[in-house]
Amino acid sequence: MQNETEILRFTTAGSVDDGKSTLIGRLLHDSKSIFEDQWEEMERSADLAGGTEVNLANLTDGLRAEREQGITIDVAYRYFATPRRKFIIADTPGHVQYTRNMVTGASTANLALILIDARNGVVEQTRRHAYLSALLGIPHLVVCINKMDLVDFSEARYKEIHDQFMAVAPRLDVKDITFIPISALQGDNVVDASGNTPWYHGPTLLGHLEEVYIASDRSMKEFRFPVQWVIRPLTDEHHDYRGYAGQVAGGIVKPGDKIIVLPSGMRTTVQSINTLAGDLDEAFCPQSVSILLADDVDISRGDLICDIDNLPHIAKDHEANICWMHQSPMQLGRKYLIKQASNTSQMMVKQVIHHVNIDDLAFDTEVTGLKLNDVGRIAFKTSTPLAYDEYRKNRQTGGFIIIDPATNATVAAGMMRPPPRELPVPDFVDYAI
Amino acid sequence: MSRYTLSNLDMLETEAIHVMREVAAEFERPALLFSGGKDSICLLRLAEKAFRPATIPFPLLNIDTGHNFPELIEFRDRRAGELGAKLIVRTVDDAIEKGLAVPTPGEPSRNRLQIPTLLAGIEEFQFDACIGGARRDEEKARAKERFFSHRDDFGQWDPKNQRPELWNLYNARVQPGENMRIFPLSNWTETDVWEYIGREGVEIPRIYYSHRREVVRRNGQWLPACDLLPLKDGEETKALDVRVRTIGDISCTGCIESTASTIEEIITEISAARVTERGGRADDKVSEAAMEDRKKEGYF
Repeated sequence: MQNETEILRFTTAGSVDDGKSTLIGRLLHDSKSIFEDQWEEMERSADLAGGTEVNLANLTDGLRAEREQGITIDVAYRYFATPRRKFIIADTPGHVQYTRNMVTGASTANLALILIDARNGVVEQTRRHAYLSALLGIPHLVVCINKMDLVDFSEARYKEIHDQFMAVAPRLDVKDITFIPISALQGDNVVDASGNTPWYHGPTLLGHLEEVYIASDRSMKEFRFPVQWVIRPLTDEHHDYRGYAGQVAGGIVKPGDKIIVLPSGMRTTVQSINTLAGDLDEAFCPQSVSILLADDVDISRGDLICDIDNLPHIAKDHEANICWMHQSPMQLGRKYLIKQASNTSQMMVKQVIHHVNIDDLAFDTEVTGLKLNDVGRIAFKTSTPLAYDEYRKNRQTGGFIIIDPATNATVAAGMMRPPPRELPVPDFVDYAI
Repeated sequence: MSRYTLSNLDMLETEAIHVMREVAAEFERPALLFSGGKDSICLLRLAEKAFRPATIPFPLLNIDTGHNFPELIEFRDRRAGELGAKLIVRTVDDAIEKGLAVPTPGEPSRNRLQIPTLLAGIEEFQFDACIGGARRDEEKARAKERFFSHRDDFGQWDPKNQRPELWNLYNARVQPGENMRIFPLSNWTETDVWEYIGREGVEIPRIYYSHRREVVRRNGQWLPACDLLPLKDGEETKALDVRVRTIGDISCTGCIESTASTIEEIITEISAARVTERGGRADDKVSEAAMEDRKKEGYF
């Protein structure tokens, strides 16, 4: 039954020669997601370029400049489906100058696919991809040790690379890491189990992508609901209707639940949960619904409705890991905008705590600024109190972007850490009085 | 699946509703591009889900090429009326008359002429955001498209300088005169669109289903026989059971031979199809980067 399939989003990163395009091409091809006219077009461009082989990278490298230079510049999104799942691939370039693209692709992924060339073992780029995947909170890593055909499908070599990677793993804080020996070119363990690796008893890559358990990836504990929009029909039929519209960003909510609205601190009760199809008995992350409350309280876009027993952090001083994404470097003391959940506020960076060398994961604390593609930790303050969770606990309420108000460019992406100083939870305001 | 897991369609739906609400909240004067085609039918359904029981808080805008399937225009007007939505139509004919759009001799399709017509419409109503039904799976230049796609004050897309888009946080800020194109269906595939239409039970124009039509074979496609496409020497029309997979300008929309007369049959048919849906669009066949070039000029 097609309607019961789930979506799995995964990200890949890699450079031209590590076999990433071949692997994606094989997944698309073997799941019959390449169409004849796409194939003909690739053959045509191979002819024009004087090449003889159809280049699978031309499937993903869609921009003219990318094809001319033979590189992937941007994040390309690809889609394929099996009867079990629909897959969204965020395919990103792997070089250090494209860190921001890798971060972008990783932000929504359930799983990161990391490719290692069996001849080279764990290299700088492997560590970079693994670190960025972990930083962005991707719950599942799949390490594909590729080109096994070029090392005679050696179990010893596979184990050696496995151990190299596991030596880095403790610093990553990723719960689920799976290793698969493959040959993307020849298809070993990609879709079909290989006869060349009798010593390997794990799943094939596609098998793993179809089976990996993702239902617990989202935070289902604490109810979080950023208010996007207030629905007020102002018609005779719906005269008093006031629905708070948004997407559940964590947890579950039911009519009768006691909630608190932050940052104001008002408390009330959920009266009903409304959709076009009618009222729901409960809503959970990430459903889009409208919530009607028992009391007529003052709530607007940017407010966060929360479970009264599990409060988020409330603070004006913050700490976060960020990736700087713009050519113009970060400036301390300058006003930027921060967009977090449905709220936009002014912010100012006070201090760069450290810069991370993402190739060897060393921290440099002797830095004063961050520039394009830098990853680091900052201390900053906001003009108004923000309500949020630590990014490790909730990617939806703990992630944010920084916007330069002068150019409107998105200049950075950030992941909240626990605040250095909490604000007290605002006092109870009884609107019935 | 666990009780707290969303299916593929539910996940796509909640993502798109979230986008719709962001648009309503963050822009002063948004519009929804509604052609009556299957993708924009999904957009309208999502807008209903995002804002009911209130009215949809933006008008519908259609750029009418004048080279239409009459069934589509009838459907467009009726559907907008049923929803109580305001429908604004700006025509390529009008833009040609005003000198805003200049037809290329020998090019039957008016696809390219939609660009200046759309930009003039945006200017006239000062729209700062246009919601469109484009999907990333349609064409490879679109595979790099953002949900919120920034256009400068000439309506141009700069693919090398796009804003990074993370999580579900969209940067909606534009300078006066600039415009954002919004694509809530970015992550939908053709199959998803049909399954959603089937699940929601929304009406679609009849020409998506199998019907008998006079068609003419040209450049490997069955094009609808009509006054806009005079027959060349040696060509003759033929009556076939066909349907359209995607609807554009009538002069460049290829029909496929089909007996599919229900949504289920359409889904079965496209699951077995061996060409992409835009494989039937002559306007994409001009060059490998045809879509990228049109988008840079301001195409949807």
